[in-house]
Amino acid sequence: MFRNQYDTDVTTWSPAGRLFQVEYAMEAVKQGSAAVGLRSKTHVVLVCVGKANSEFSSHQKKIFKVDDHIGVAIAGLTADGRVLSLHMRSECIHYKFLYDSPLPVGRLVVQLADKAQVCTQRSWTRPYGVGLLVAGLDETGPHLYQNCPSGNYFEYQAFAIGARSQAAKTYLERKFETFPECSRNELIRHGIISVKEALAEGKLNGSNCNVAVVGIGEAFNTLDSKAVQQIIDSLEDRADEPPVDVAPVEGEQGAVQDDTDQAAAPMET
Amino acid sequence: MGGSYGSTLRYKSVQRLKPIGKHTLLGAGGEISDFQEIVRYLDELILYDNMWDDGNSLGPKEVHNYLNRLMYNRRNKFNPLWNTLVLGGVKNGQKYLGTVNMIGVHYEENHVATGFGNHLARPIFRDEWHEDMTFEEGVKLLEKCMLVLLYRDRSAVNKLQIAKITEEGATISEPYAIKTHWELEAFKNPATGAVGSW
Repeated sequence: MFRNQYDTDVTTWSPAGRLFQVEYAMEAVKQGSAAVGLRSKTHVVLVCVGKANSEFSSHQKKIFKVDDHIGVAIAGLTADGRVLSLHMRSECIHYKFLYDSPLPVGRLVVQLADKAQVCTQRSWTRPYGVGLLVAGLDETGPHLYQNCPSGNYFEYQAFAIGARSQAAKTYLERKFETFPECSRNELIRHGIISVKEALAEGKLNGSNCNVAVVGIGEAFNTLDSKAVQQIIDSLEDRADEPPVDVAPVEGEQGAVQDDTDQAAAPMET
Repeated sequence: MGGSYGSTLRYKSVQRLKPIGKHTLLGAGGEISDFQEIVRYLDELILYDNMWDDGNSLGPKEVHNYLNRLMYNRRNKFNPLWNTLVLGGVKNGQKYLGTVNMIGVHYEENHVATGFGNHLARPIFRDEWHEDMTFEEGVKLLEKCMLVLLYRDRSAVNKLQIAKITEEGATISEPYAIKTHWELEAFKNPATGAVGSW
């Protein structure tokens, strides 16, 4: 989008009824590296690419545990993401203190959205420049939500945000109908494959790929980099196998089938 | 059903049992006005909970914890809500029974009581309560304890309500009386042993 005379502050509408500052804030989300979330009937998985500033530095932390039953993946201004995660943790712990019960995910998401909305209606604060994928479990089941700088929130079966997220979404679009019945491990594999699509250059490995899971009977936890590396390796192994070994053409074979697709799919559009 | 005014039982039709939301029943002893305040707080709590309209609801455990926070914080400010509360409910098949009092002491137990009930009823419960009682057995046991309390409390009224809560919801019975017996020999000619001058 181009500069115009209505984009200086968030308290100015454009004649077309747009708030450009809010839209620019959403652009910031698209600058961050990709984050993917997907949900089954029992689990929610978050997978991210963590960029490293340089060879010497550590990889960006993009996944935050908010409570035993909720975690977030961020894309965009990391500092904003961190501050919001801290706020979410505070909300969760406050609810736990009052009610001795985990805060339902949907309610946390709405509170977060309302917080973001405030910044779209004040002249002295800017909108948050971070998109969040909130993964959580409550008594109504597992949930995946997206929170935008605009103050909007949406619930998803699967979604991707950040740079080249469209490539990841294309993969998810093909596969998402199988997700409800997927096992935890199958879901993780789907997540990693879709995040691979969003990788511009370099290879996915245990250090730059963060994976986190939450589900029925499983508290929110981030997978160890070794475990992630193993899964990535197993995906590669399958991709190298000749088609004969791969499951029959017809039928939902889950991860195995995906690898042949993945070999053909473009890494970048 | 009684509401005391100091040591006098002044109000004989006070509702001391209230359903809270879909899953909980609350009963109280002590200062009735404070109980009514508590019910107002809880009504507001349940209202906001319902307004979310999202399939989640506060169960007995959550309400109990909230009440504990309320009672304890008031106690810390030296301005307590002068009540002992008993709270029970069922949610998602899970049964819950607990109590919280004016100083914030709270616990879950299979049988709870307020006031003299702790001294007169609970020992009976300890002997006669067991897991998987039927509703009728439970009512009989409760009535037995209420009878003891009726006989032994100098300001009690023979009027009680039984409330039941299940997964389907709460029901509170109409007030009724239990049979008492006053034909003991000792009650006839009470002055026999010590004839007075008037």
